[in-house]
Amino acid sequence: MSATGFDHPKAPFGRRLATVEMNAPTGGYRLVSALDSEGPDPAPGQFYMLATERGWGGVDGRPYLPRAFSVASAERRDAGVRLDFLLESVGPGTEALAGLRGGDGLWITGPLGNPFSAPRDLNPRAAGAILVGGGIGIAPLAVLRRALSRRGFPHRALLGFRDRAHSGGVSELFSCSEVRLASEDGHAGHRGYVTDLLETMLDGDSAATAVVYACGPPAMLEAVRAMSLERGVACELALETPMACGFGACFGCAVPLAEGGYMRLCVEGPAVRADRIATAATAGAGHR
Amino acid sequence: MSVATDERTELCGIELEHPVINASGTFDALAARRAFGDAAWERFPFSAFVSKTITLEPRAGNPPPRLFEAAAGMVNSIGLPNKGLEGFAASDLHELGELPVPLIVSVMATSREAFAEMIGTLADRDEVAGFELNVSCPNVKSGLIVGAEPSETESLVESLRPLSAKPLIVKLTPNVADPAPIAAAAERGGADAISLINTIAAAPWSAGSRSEPWLGAGSGGLSGPSVREVALHAVHRVGAAVGLPVVGMGGIETGRHAADLLAAGAGVVAVGTASFRDPAAGLRIRDELRRFGGTARASGDPHR
Ligand SMILES: Cc1cc2nc3c(=O)[nH]c(=O)nc-3n(C[C@H](O)[C@H](O)[C@H](O)COP(=O)(O)OP(=O)(O)OC[C@H]3O[C@@H](n4cnc5c(N)ncnc54)[C@H](O)[C@@H]3O)c2cc1C
Ligand SMILES: Cc1cc2nc3c(=O)[nH]c(=O)nc-3n(C[C@H](O)[C@H](O)[C@H](O)COP(=O)(O)O)c2cc1C
Ligand code: FES
Repeated sequence: MSATGFDHPKAPFGRRLATVEMNAPTGGYRLVSALDSEGPDPAPGQFYMLATERGWGGVDGRPYLPRAFSVASAERRDAGVRLDFLLESVGPGTEALAGLRGGDGLWITGPLGNPFSAPRDLNPRAAGAILVGGGIGIAPLAVLRRALSRRGFPHRALLGFRDRAHSGGVSELFSCSEVRLASEDGHAGHRGYVTDLLETMLDGDSAATAVVYACGPPAMLEAVRAMSLERGVACELALETPMACGFGACFGCAVPLAEGGYMRLCVEGPAVRADRIATAATAGAGHR
Repeated sequence: MSVATDERTELCGIELEHPVINASGTFDALAARRAFGDAAWERFPFSAFVSKTITLEPRAGNPPPRLFEAAAGMVNSIGLPNKGLEGFAASDLHELGELPVPLIVSVMATSREAFAEMIGTLADRDEVAGFELNVSCPNVKSGLIVGAEPSETESLVESLRPLSAKPLIVKLTPNVADPAPIAAAAERGGADAISLINTIAAAPWSAGSRSEPWLGAGSGGLSGPSVREVALHAVHRVGAAVGLPVVGMGGIETGRHAADLLAAGAGVVAVGTASFRDPAAGLRIRDELRRFGGTARASGDPHR
């Protein structure tokens, strides 16, 4: 982390082949690890465009385009940087990725996009960060959590899951953090939405010294956005939209701005301040 | 082994290091430099840079979702978001002038006057090597799609021809019964080259309870490998009908695909959707094309 925020590494030009080290189930998700021998360390909130070396282009000619994934954790090794991606099989692209095995080739382009802002860049009086994650959206918060820990910045994580089958990755990715859980089926923690926990916390805490970082399904993010705007809480959201390229070439990843018009999420996000956008309920995102 | 000299070509007077350029709207040289650093320009994948289409006034673009993945390709309804002529000329053009390759500016308008204002304004800018006229749009006065009507195409090119000594490349839409008469009309109007194909009209549908078009704008255009044979057919027909050089594009993913389009009558090829899968796809395609002895014929030989 630099003085004013996280470093913002640039990706090598062109896609490159990484080697899959591991693909393991964690809860209802899969954690795919790959070794990137060429790229820089990604910053929290950045993402990669991924495609399997083999089997991309299935029965229906899909998947064709690469798919965007946030880094869930990254670790520097002698041979390169090990990148971990948390994914859920929801369609042909995630299915192909979920089938990867150790030793397989994985095409990667990245790290791409803007990282999360540092807490004090969002709120100069920030005393603590609240990380709000829903489902698979815990991925970028896990790597943010580590960066905050390293910096000794106080933080708490509020994580929400649909049900038991979708609460994976928590122990591995959020160890050493203060975590509160919510589940819609009540199997763990608060029965209900993670935004209920956030509301309680913002009412209790002094909103003036908080910073909220959130990632999750569009409806959850929209609730977090509204809640923090209402209370004047500094808040940054990691959004998703369908992306074709991830590097600003196609203009497909449009997100409506509060002031009118659109931004390209891949180059102006995926982490965006809650007050910049007209809605966090992005069109075409979310799992079918 | 260097075969660089064999690769050199030209497109109506614009000198090119090799015959692979980009398709408008599928590579943003400025955004690529920000994402990948100077390497993206030092190893610039194309021998010329064709800008995303600009319009006279700024445009926000279409409501999302703007993308749909099709079978071996994609449908987009981006809607030409851009800063408008003034914004482009004031902010982007200067930086684009530092590109290591010639710049071709793609322009689109819904009236002859607006087209003329754009060409007139940019004609004397040193950064600009040539223009591509995106004519897949209606003329608001006649209501006709310019690039679907030979008479509209001819009179538009004719009216723009005196405004600039720089090459005018007319980019045709495949959404017509036969692109050859349109290309011939562009030639009569004074065009220097033809490029094609633009995307094929398409509308993905989202089934289920919410039965409606998937794209925010309702419909869009298909691109990628699934349009390749449409491009080959169109390029071949146009190449046979006019004496102008042809920039061929549509679904090029490999050097082999590029070689096929060159064989079908193109003098130069443009890579579009493939760059989304790999920002450096153009470099690979150029290298692969070398193995096919991919020299170009871009000088307008009708008997090629
Ligand atoms: C910056 C960013 C970071 C991301 N990080 C992660 C992550 O860490 N982990 C993770 O699991 N996912 C992540 N995603 C989401 C992930 O990219 C998608 O889940 C993935 O692309 C789905 O691909 P697919 O082929 O499996 O599904 P597809 O079926 O191709 O779906 C792709 C997207 O388009 C929509 N879509 C496409 N066609 C249709 C249609 N006809 N009708 C309705 N909807 C349609 C889907 O809702 C979905 O959002 C991220 C996305 C972005 C933009
Ligand atoms: C996302 C996207 C944006 C495009 N934008 C433009 C544009 O602004 N102007 C234009 O003339 N063509 C545009 N095109 C069409 C391409 O330049 C090209 O003609 C077409 O995609 C076929 O080539 P391909 O199959 O290699 O992509 C666009 C295509 C795509 C996929
Ligand atoms: S995904 Fe292509 S511009 Fe953002």
